Amino acid sequence: MRAFTYQKAKTAAEAATLVARTPHAKFIAGGTNLLDLMKLEIEAPVALIDVNHLGLNKIEATPEGGLRIGALVTNTDLASDARVRKDYGVLSRAILAGASAQLRNKATTAGNLLQRTRCSYFYDTNMPCNKRAPGAGCSAIGGYTRQLAVIGVSDACIATYPGDMAVAMRLLDASVETVAPNGARRVIPIADFHRLPGNTPHIETALAPGELITAVTLPKPIGGVHIYHKVRDRSSYAFALVSVAAVIQKDGTGRVAVGGVAHKPWRVEAAEANMPRGAKAVADQLLAGAKPTEDNAFKVTLVQRTLAAVMSEAKRGQA
Amino acid sequence: MNDTNPLRQLGDTTLTRRDVLIAGAVSTAAASVPGLASAQTAALPTPTAAAQPPVMARFSLKVNGKTEQMDVDTRTTLLDVLREHLHMTGTKKGCDHGQCGACTVIVDGSRINSCLSLAVMHDGASVTTIEGLGTPDKLHPMQAAFVKHDGFQCGYCTPGQICSAVAALDEIKQGIPSHVTGSLTEKPLLSVAELRERMSGNICRCGAYSNIIDAISEVAGSRA
Repeated sequence: MRAFTYQKAKTAAEAATLVARTPHAKFIAGGTNLLDLMKLEIEAPVALIDVNHLGLNKIEATPEGGLRIGALVTNTDLASDARVRKDYGVLSRAILAGASAQLRNKATTAGNLLQRTRCSYFYDTNMPCNKRAPGAGCSAIGGYTRQLAVIGVSDACIATYPGDMAVAMRLLDASVETVAPNGARRVIPIADFHRLPGNTPHIETALAPGELITAVTLPKPIGGVHIYHKVRDRSSYAFALVSVAAVIQKDGTGRVAVGGVAHKPWRVEAAEANMPRGAKAVADQLLAGAKPTEDNAFKVTLVQRTLAAVMSEAKRGQA
Repeated sequence: MNDTNPLRQLGDTTLTRRDVLIAGAVSTAAASVPGLASAQTAALPTPTAAAQPPVMARFSLKVNGKTEQMDVDTRTTLLDVLREHLHMTGTKKGCDHGQCGACTVIVDGSRINSCLSLAVMHDGASVTTIEGLGTPDKLHPMQAAFVKHDGFQCGYCTPGQICSAVAALDEIKQGIPSHVTGSLTEKPLLSVAELRERMSGNICRCGAYSNIIDAISEVAGSRA
C-alpha cells in the first residue's frame, strides 16, 4: 500500500473541498472496498479524507412521505430499519443478500453505491484493464467472461457493477444527494448515477471530482410484494451471477430491475408494461440488444427464469 | 511477559520504526526537489502517483478494556496494530482482504473484519478480541462450546469464528434480520439456517462447519 496522509473532515463541504484541491485524494467511509483495492495498489490515493464524522448517519422521514438515508448509514442499520423493512422490503432483502455481516456492519450507503467492479481482470494488475489504466485495453474481452456483463457493454469494457443494494435503489427510483467542492448541492436520479462503460470505463458514476454523496432519498412507498432474488455460485457470501429486484402489485403490474448483467443496475421501464404477460415478455424486452459471450450467454436465460420464479413467488405472496 | 519468547521477538519488529524514519528522511529529501516531484506526479496516470513518505498518526484504542496509545503509520490496519504493535496474536491474518473472516473482532459492539479497517480510523474505539472474551482458566461460554463440540481442526480460523459467533447471537437478540429471515417484520429466529447464514463470512478450510454450528447452537440455546 502507498503511504497517504489522513484527515478527518468536519463538514461535508470541507470534505469535498479537501478532496478537490488535493491531487490523488479520496474520501474514505467504511473502507471495505477502498482498502482492499489500496492493498493491491489498484487504488493509490496520497490523501484520505475521513468522512465518518459528518453526522450523515441518520434515516429520516421526508416531507414527501419517503425516507432520506444519510450517506454513512451502514448496510446493517439500513437493512434493519423498521421503516425500510415495512415499506421498502426489497431494499432490506437486497442488502442482506450481499457480503457478510462483518462487511455490512462497516460498509456505508454511499460507499456501497461506489463499489467497484469485481471483474477478475480489473483485480489482476498484471493484465491490461481500461478501468485501471485508460487506453491499456481490456483483457476480459476474449478472456474468461462467465461473471461479466451481457448488456450495455462496449469494446473497452464488459465489467459488471457488482452490488445488490443499488439494484433495489434503482427499482425504487431513489435519488442521490451530493455536495460539490464549491458548496453547491444537487440531486442525481439513481438511473443517471451509474454510467455505461462506453469509451471511458474508468468513469463509473455521474459524480464530478470532489463531489461527495450526502444522502440517498427514497420516494414514498409504493406497496406491493417486495422480492430480491439473487442467483450465485454459493448460497451466501458471493457476488450475483444474476439478481432480480421486483415490486409486484396485486393486479400483476410492477417493476423489475436486474443486477449482475451490466455496468449498472439494469432497468428498462418500458419492459415493465409486459409484466401481466409473463416473464418471457418482460425479459425479452429488458435484455433486447444483449451481447453475451459464449461463457455468459446463460445469464440471458437465467434472467428470464429468475424473473419467472420471482413472479410466481409474488403471486403466492399475494394469495 | 518474557522477552526471550521468540514469537514476541519476531513481533517486536520495532526496527520498522527506525526503518520508517530512515525511509521518511530519504523520501522527504526527494520530495524537497519541487520541480522533480511535480514533474513526476504530472507524468504518471491518475491512480498511481509517485511514492510518498510514510505518514505517522497518533491515536488511542481501548483493547479488551485497556487504553493503548498508538503512534503508527497511517497505512496500518486494525489487524496489524493488534498483532504487530500490541503483540496480541490471537486475532489471525488469513486472506487480508475481508474474504475469510479470520481477523474478525468486535468494535464498539459490532463485528468487523479488522484487516479491512485502518487503525487510525478507530481513535477512541473499544475493541474486543479473542483475548478479551475469556482466559485459559475461565473460558467464554462460546470458547467452551467450541472445545466441547470440536468446532475446529487446525484452529487458525477459530478466534475469528468465536468473535463472530458471539456477535452473531447478539445481532439476533437485537432483531437484526438476515438473508434467510422469513418475515422482515418479525424477529429473526434462532435456527440452524439463521446461524449458518450469519456465519458465512467466516471460512474454515478444515470444514468444521457442522461442529461450529453445534457449538453456537448450544450457547444460543442456553441463553434463550
